[in-house]
Formats: sequence, structure tokens, C-alpha cells
Amino acid sequence: MFVHLQGPYSFLFGRLTLASIPYDNAIIQFAFGFAAIAAILVVAPVLYYRKIPYLFREWLTTVDHKKIGVMYIILGLVMMFRGFFDGLMIRTQQVMADGPHSAGHLEAAHGYLPPAHFDQIYSSHGTIMIIFAATPILTGLGNIIVPLQIGARDMAFPTLNAISLWLTTVGAALVMASLFIGDFSTAGWVGLIPLTELDFSPSSGVDYWMWAIQISSVGTTLNAINVIATIVAMRAPGMRWTRLPIFTWTTLSTSIIGLTAFPILGVALALLGADRYLGTHFYTAGLGGNLMLYTNLFWIWGHPEVYFLVLPAFGIISEVIPAFSEKPLFGYVTMVAATFAIAGISWVVWLHHFFTMGAGPLVNSFFSVATMVVGIPTGVKVFNWLFTLYRGRLTFATPMLWAVGALFLLLIGGLTGMMLAIPAVNYTVHNSVFVIAHFHCMVLLIVYAAFAAVSFWWPKVFGFKLDETTGKLFFWSFSIGTILLFTAMFGLGFMGETRRLDYLYNTQWFPALVIEEIGVGFYSLSVLIFFAMLFVSIRDRVKNAASADPWGTSRTLEWLTHSPVPFYNFAVTPHVNSRDELSWRYLNNLAATAPEHFEEIHMPNNTPVPLIIGALAFGFGFGLTWRIWWMTGFSLLGIIAVVIYRSFARDKGYHLSAEVMTQLEREPPLGVIAESQYLSKHPLTGAGAH
Amino acid sequence: MTLGTIGADEKVVLWQYGEVAHDMISTKTLGFWLYMLSDALVFAGLFAAYGVLDHSMNAANGPTEAQIVHPIAAFWQTLAVLTSVFAYSVATVAVKHGYRQLVVLCVLAAILLGMVFLGLEFSDFADLYAHGATPQVSGFLSAYFILIATHGLHMAFGILWLLVMAIQVSRLGLTAPVVAQLLNLRLFWQFQAAIWVCVYVFVYLKGVI
Ligand code: HEM
Ligand SMILES: [Cu+2]
Repeated sequence: MFVHLQGPYSFLFGRLTLASIPYDNAIIQFAFGFAAIAAILVVAPVLYYRKIPYLFREWLTTVDHKKIGVMYIILGLVMMFRGFFDGLMIRTQQVMADGPHSAGHLEAAHGYLPPAHFDQIYSSHGTIMIIFAATPILTGLGNIIVPLQIGARDMAFPTLNAISLWLTTVGAALVMASLFIGDFSTAGWVGLIPLTELDFSPSSGVDYWMWAIQISSVGTTLNAINVIATIVAMRAPGMRWTRLPIFTWTTLSTSIIGLTAFPILGVALALLGADRYLGTHFYTAGLGGNLMLYTNLFWIWGHPEVYFLVLPAFGIISEVIPAFSEKPLFGYVTMVAATFAIAGISWVVWLHHFFTMGAGPLVNSFFSVATMVVGIPTGVKVFNWLFTLYRGRLTFATPMLWAVGALFLLLIGGLTGMMLAIPAVNYTVHNSVFVIAHFHCMVLLIVYAAFAAVSFWWPKVFGFKLDETTGKLFFWSFSIGTILLFTAMFGLGFMGETRRLDYLYNTQWFPALVIEEIGVGFYSLSVLIFFAMLFVSIRDRVKNAASADPWGTSRTLEWLTHSPVPFYNFAVTPHVNSRDELSWRYLNNLAATAPEHFEEIHMPNNTPVPLIIGALAFGFGFGLTWRIWWMTGFSLLGIIAVVIYRSFARDKGYHLSAEVMTQLEREPPLGVIAESQYLSKHPLTGAGAH
Repeated sequence: MTLGTIGADEKVVLWQYGEVAHDMISTKTLGFWLYMLSDALVFAGLFAAYGVLDHSMNAANGPTEAQIVHPIAAFWQTLAVLTSVFAYSVATVAVKHGYRQLVVLCVLAAILLGMVFLGLEFSDFADLYAHGATPQVSGFLSAYFILIATHGLHMAFGILWLLVMAIQVSRLGLTAPVVAQLLNLRLFWQFQAAIWVCVYVFVYLKGVI
């Protein structure tokens, strides 16, 4: 049934042999050394302070939406760090490999990376940044903020939430494993067909890419279900649809996109998997396969996916700008309408990624116009933000800097997108680095919004503000990097540099390449400043301790509860009276009114089930990649068994009595870092599990 | 509107005391509907692929649709899956009246009919294999087999779930979580029947026209 493969095969290890491990490659050795040092730096303190039980009890088995969100964001940042190194390596290769006289180092004829290695790096850069950096960070933010904004105690399905996290982590882990065991795909993050077919990519690289995305996208789909159900069913009393904060609206629209788009990616990759494992002919060049079937399916997901990423970023901007303009958001209703208009249109524009397929004037015109139509609701949003800023009392705190920076990127990215949407223009710049510059403006907009969100909501989650001085320094060095790198890249696009080149034949590009490299230098600097910012902020955490509303001008419900948010979110569920509830309470001098008494509340128990499912999913993906069938089968059966077991052993959660709640509310709040083992802390009053 | 001030005699509620009721069964049902939506999109993608590859050009000199589909034989499969759904529907009526034994009995009947369906499908596949019409022959046959086998996998998964529910009903009784699952399973099972009807129309019937 399975395709017969060349090369050694054993029952125990599948295709995996010692030769699959690139221990003799200097760059991999360096990467391994780096990863090992980083791992030691993390693991050693954990061991030294004997924090493994704490980690297991409080984090790895948690079902708390805030902790899950924090872990999502940590995962995203770690992967972004890896993706940053990939980007640095791509840029450095290109600046070193320009022109026939450029020197070659290590095993490369030009630059320092041989083509096959370079190809893996740009493939992993794109895959990581989109699927394993931006997506987890935004998912994590949604996880943390949405239940707080709607006054819920947790997500609708807390265990499922943890399962989603671990599935995403498994995908990231597979990508990381490919660095040291075997190789990664060389076919780009989009999986250029038929290069991904077995005939052309016989190694495990494409399999890693495919299963990493496949497994994590199951996690994303499940998370989308969870978010939609939470927003529909778990809102606090009084939180009508017309009062829903914009970030929650955008997360809702994004989840609808996620829920409907990711299954299509699943199909696109599953059919590729059938080709690679069963020898079918969906996308093969011969025997009745159809290459453009893959390309269409991929972009039917791919385009909605970019809006899946950008809409929550729009939501973040819509929260940050009013808070630092001291004005309500301009045009709430049009903002919601624009959000859903963008989400809807995102479904009918996918073909603009391959106008050059040559589908004919009618088809191309349709998709061209449809693509440009997106500009209308996007324009509505931009003007709404501008009118919010207009005559506002502006404070340029770090989150505001990131949010305003994002607006500039949106402008440039959006306008260049409009250019690309014209088929006549597209034919000349398609597959050039002009496209790369366009979408990096867009994707960086998301990164800017993500950093705005992290600095904005950090005090809510951890109870102290991030350091402003280093935060601003971080913003400026990052922004200088952005400007240098992508201005030069737009130029190179017009000068005809095509994308994904490991060797550049035109020496006239050299000055621009140098500017790009300087830009990357600023990015590298900003990474260091980022770590400095974390260090300084944590050192000064007592001095920077945050009140419930540390910015003083926040508007929405999440700022009503303590900072750091206690594990139960709100001791008593708030009753919502207005769209900007906190502002409304400020206005009516009610913001300081705490509940008069407390009542018993109900909380879900932690469970190791999601972690176990994650571990088995890793076995599943790894087994499939190396065709270790016993491992694949065992993991799959294991997952089914765990799910069935779980459906019998129902968790009823536990209760916190009114007395415990009173006591907890009197003491400093137990945030995500604290041990929320309330029962061991309050052995007498804890009503306990039942 | 957005930020009104409160009138002097207005009474405002700031905190909601008492258990804020979130109906567990309806939240789970909502979640499962959403899951089914994503599953529907999986089939939408597969049908799209089938539509693209169902072309004489994609048959690559191998058998074409008209040569391999047998609408009459597949009609028996259609009957099996629809009666299985009917049996399950009787089970849900029994849930309403609290007849535990009858629920188990009907679920077992649904399992049996589902297995009949899978058996027929298996023999159909075996027949095609015997005639050398395998998924590896052409793009068209790849699409044909994967579309139908994906549905078949869903059926097999549904049978496993039915089995688990039969055990849960007899061991745990008709508790709220069990009923919530039974309702979701009803949705799943009827959905698979609906997909099969689409397969029957777009693959088997269309194939002979
Ligand atoms: C006004 C909105 C936008 C328009 C009109 C637009 C238009 C386009 C067009 C026509 C292309 C295809 C270029 C080519 O390959 O020849 C493209 C590529 C791309 N766009 Fe956009 N876009 C818009 C917004 C966005 C957003 C919001 C994102 C991401 C968040 C984004 C990310 C991308 C990516 C990743 C690619 C290239 C993918 C690849 O080939 O690797 N775009 N855009
Ligand atoms: Cu697009």
C-alpha cells in the first residue's frame, strides 16, 4: 500500500539512520551548540530551584486560559527568535553572494550556504514566522484577553484549550527537530508543487514541513471553535453584542476565518501526503495529476490566513489607540462591519497569488477587483483610527508607539498590495522581492501590534509594567531596521531581483543589499534590547507594580479586576452597563466600587490529559515523517484511548467557598506566576474537590 | 449611548450575584456544530478536488468514472446508512423518554447497519482493486478513492463512538454529559449520512449520466 522508497529502512527506526543526523555540518553544529546553551540556561535554574513540580502542576497541566495564553506567547516568541536567525542568515548569504566574484566559504561556491541549505532556511523562515510565531502569539493574546473582556471565568472548553496549545507546540517541536535530525523542506513555506512531490524531494524535509503544519493547524481549528463558543455563550450579563469590545469582535471574526480556512489547508496537505505516502496522483506532473489544484487549495487557505493574522492586529490597534487618546473609539459600528467585510472578502481573492497562472482576463479581472475591494473596509478602519486620534489627548507610551507604527506599515503594505492586485503590474513584479517587501510590511504590522499588545496587557497579566525606556529603545531600533530593510527591498524588487535567490547575479544590487544588511543589524540590536527590557522590567517589578488600571485611561472590562489577574478572573461576575464599561464606571465614580460580599465559585481542575495527547501527537508526527509505523500506530491508538478514557472519567472541578473568596480577595492577588494551590494554602476553608 | 451618565433615580447593577448560568449542554452542542462546520469544509475541499480531477484527461488512459461506479450497488449502501440514522433517531426518542435499554438496543442496531455499509464499501473497493483500478493508477482514481475512503473513515470513527456511547449509557446512565454526547453523536451520524448522499449524487449518479 505504501510507496516503496529507495535507501535503508528498518522496522525499528523507519528511514532514520545515523547518516540522517547532520553532525558534520559546521552551521548545524553552531546551531546545536546555541540551542543547547539556551536550553541549559532555561533548564538549569528550573532544576536548581526545584521548580519541576511547580512547572508541572501550575503550567504543563493547567487549563487556565491566561497561563495557556502566556505559554502560547512564549512559544511564539521563541519561534520568532529562531525565525529571526533564519532571516539573518538569508540576508547575510545574499549580501555575501552577489556577483560572480563573490567569495565562497564552507561548502558554498558563493556566500557561506550551499543552495540546498539556503533553501531549507528560507522555507523554515516563512513557515515558522507565519505558523509558529505570529499565529501562536495572536492566539495567545486572544486566549488571555477575550475571556477577561467579556467577563468570563474561563474559555468554554478549558481542556480543549490546553489540547490546542500542545498540538501547536508539537508542530513547532517538529520544525525544531528537523534542524538536527534529517532536513527541512526546500520548497518554500507555500510548498511549491511539484517540488514537494516524492520524486523531487525524496528526503524527510517535506514530511516534516507537512506534518508540522498539519498537526498545529488541528490545534488552531480547535482553538477557533473554543473562542467562538466562548464569545457566543460565556459573556457576562449585560455584555450585549453592541457592547462587545473590538478586540473580542476581531478575535471572533478571525476565529470564524480559522475555523473555515484551516480545514482546506488540511485537505491540501493531506492530498499531498497521499501522493507522498500512498503514491496517488493528485498533484503529480504526470498521470492525471493537477499542479494548480494544490496551488488553489493552498491559497484558498493562504489568503484567509493572512487576514486571520491581521484582524486581531487591527483589534489590538483599536484597543490601544483609544486608551492613549483618552477618547472612545470612533465609529464602533463601522469598525465591526469593516472587520466582517474584510473577513468575508478574504474568501474570494485567493487567485491574486497566481495571476500569472494565466486563467484568462475574466477570472483575473474578477479576482483583481475583489482584491481591491478589500481596500474599502480597510480604509474605513484607518480613518476610524485617525478620527480617534484627532483631537485626542495623546500619550506616547510604548504600546501607543507600536500601534501608531503599525498604521504606517499598514499604509505602505496596503498600497503596494493594491499595486499587486492589478494583473498588469503583477505580471512584472510577481515572484520578485517586491512581493516580499509588500507582505513583510503587512506581517510586520502584525508584529508591531503584537508588541503593542504585549506591552499594553503585560501589567494586567504579571502585575507590573514593562520598563518604558528600554521599551521605547526597542521600538526605535526595530523601526529603523524595518525602514532600512524594506525600503531597500522595494527598490530591489523594481530592479528585478526575484525571490528565494541563494546566488545573486547582478552586482548593481549590492548597495541595496548592504542597506538591507544594516537594517538586519538594527533588528539584531533590537533583539538584545528586548532581552534587556525583560531583564530591567523584572528587576524593577516592585517599583513598577501595577494597579488594576495601570495606564489610568483604559476602557474595557479586563482592567476592572486586579493586576495581576487572579486565577479566577473576577471574584464576582461584573454586570455590564456600557460599551466601555470601565470608562463608564470612571465617569460615574463607580470604578472603585468593589463587590460587597463574595459567593462560592466553581473552577475546573488541572489535568495532564492535554499534555499526554501532545506527547502522543509528537510521536504520531515524528513516526509519520520517518515512516516508523509502529510509533505512528501506537501514538494514534494512544490518543484515541486517552480521549475515550477522558470521556468516562468526568472532571467535576472544584468549588471555592465564600469564605475562601473573601480571604483571597483581601490578600494580594494570586497571578499567573503565583502558586494557585489555594487548597494547600487554605487547607481549612478550601471546600475541596468532589 | 456609549458613555451615558446615570440619572439620579436610576438603579445600577455592578455585580452579578448568584450562579451565572451557562447551559452546559447547549454550549457543547454549539461547539460541536462548529466542529461539524470544519468537517463540512474538509469535504468541500475533497469534493472540489474530485470535481477538478473528474475529467477524462485526468483518468490518464485508466478507467473513467462511468466505468467504475455502480449506482445500484451503492444504493444498498445508501439504504444501510439511512436506516442506521433512523435507528439512531429512535434512540434519541428513547432518550427523551428515559428508556435506557431501548437506547442501547437502538445504538447497537445503528452500529450493525453502519458495519453493513462499511462492508459493502470494502467489497466495492476490493472489486476495483481486483480489476486493477487502484488509487495509484491516475489522478481521477486517486480523487475517487480518497473522497470515499475519507467518508468511510468518518463512518468507522462514528461506529467506534457509537460503541463507546452504548457502553456509557449502560454503565453511567442518561446523565447530562452522556446526553450531551448523544446529541453530538446524532449530529455527527446524520452529517455522515448527508455527506454520503452527496457522494451518491455527485459520484455514483453523475457518473452514469
Ligand atoms: C489591502 C490589502 C492587501 C492587498 C491588496 C494584497 C495584495 C497582495 C497580492 C496581489 C499578492 C500577490 C503578489 C504576487 O505574488 O504576485 C500578495 C501577496 C502576499 N500578501 Fe498581500 N495583500 C493585502 C494584504 C495583506 C495582508 C493583510 C497580509 C498579511 C497579513 C498579506 C500578506 C501577503 C503575503 C504573505 C503574500 C505573499 C505570499 C507568498 O507568495 O509567499 N497581504 N498580496
Ligand atoms: Cu492574498
